[in-house]
Amino acid sequence: MHELPVTQSILEITLRHAQEAGATRVTDLYLVIGQLASVVDDSVQFYWDVLSKDTIAESSRLHFRRVPAEMQCLSCGTRFPLDGDDFACPSCQGVGVKVVAGEEFFLESIEVDGGQASPPNEGGNA
Amino acid sequence: MSERISVVENIMGANDRLAEDNRARLDAAGVFAVNLMASPGAGKTSLIEQTLPRLADQLRLAVIDGDIATSIDADRAAAAGAVASVQINTGGQCHLDAVMLQQGLGQLDLSQIDLLLVENVGNLVCPADFRLGTHKSVLVASVPEGDDKPYKYPGMYRGVDALVINKTDLLPYIPFKMDYFRRGVEVLNAGLVTFPLSCKTGEGVDAWVAWIVENVQTFKR
Repeated sequence: MHELPVTQSILEITLRHAQEAGATRVTDLYLVIGQLASVVDDSVQFYWDVLSKDTIAESSRLHFRRVPAEMQCLSCGTRFPLDGDDFACPSCQGVGVKVVAGEEFFLESIEVDGGQASPPNEGGNA
Repeated sequence: MSERISVVENIMGANDRLAEDNRARLDAAGVFAVNLMASPGAGKTSLIEQTLPRLADQLRLAVIDGDIATSIDADRAAAAGAVASVQINTGGQCHLDAVMLQQGLGQLDLSQIDLLLVENVGNLVCPADFRLGTHKSVLVASVPEGDDKPYKYPGMYRGVDALVINKTDLLPYIPFKMDYFRRGVEVLNAGLVTFPLSCKTGEGVDAWVAWIVENVQTFKR
């Protein structure tokens, strides 16, 4: 896909949420990427290190959760994992199938330091 | 003190929101828009050249052409009868995105247009990932590309609303197994409406044009 604009978008979303939370540093990002969303982890990581430099997200860690592709046969309803590059139904060999999982591509959460959104914690130093 | 913040935001969200704006703008102006995608040389511009003269007496047509450089395609569209043609040079980018379409729309008087054909940059990968806000996406495949393309570019074949198979006049000369090609398409996009045609001989073009007209009429209702 387009790992550079994609990574810019990840940074924009991250900094916006971190700022809203009053965070002083972003330490971790949790990304969800479906098997069918053509995104290359290593490439995102490469651009991330470059783009996040001199921001509060510098040196943060990227965590990728991969969602396997799951298909559903439109004829018999069988749900099955994508095996290789043949999308045909393993039960009835039907070729009419739809994708039920594997196209995800979103930022699930971030871990930050110095946020104000923590619930008040008596005696705590949040 | 470390804290986890829930985000759950789509990475492509910014482009998708702009695409929705584009769609709203087209809807408000009553312009039906089609995103034409294909590999380089499949015949997107030739298809536009075949399509425009067949529609010129019933619809006002405009073309937005995305290319890395030159205005060759927009010039060809203008020569074929487009009431307006806009060339967007992407400056190296291999696909159109919603921002570029927004800029293209800004150069057109939408009140004078019924149908807008958007010719994307020739590429079977990237255009599939960037929504523009058009009403229909159409892929132009062609016989010389080979019958394995649905298998190799599933993302593109999965996301389109219609498929044109161009250059059918070359079928006698090229080992293109239509059954194998169609099976690949069916698996990725069950029931996809398909138009085998030849921009060279004109065979099959009328069925494609009828599909466009039908869609514009449904849209205008």
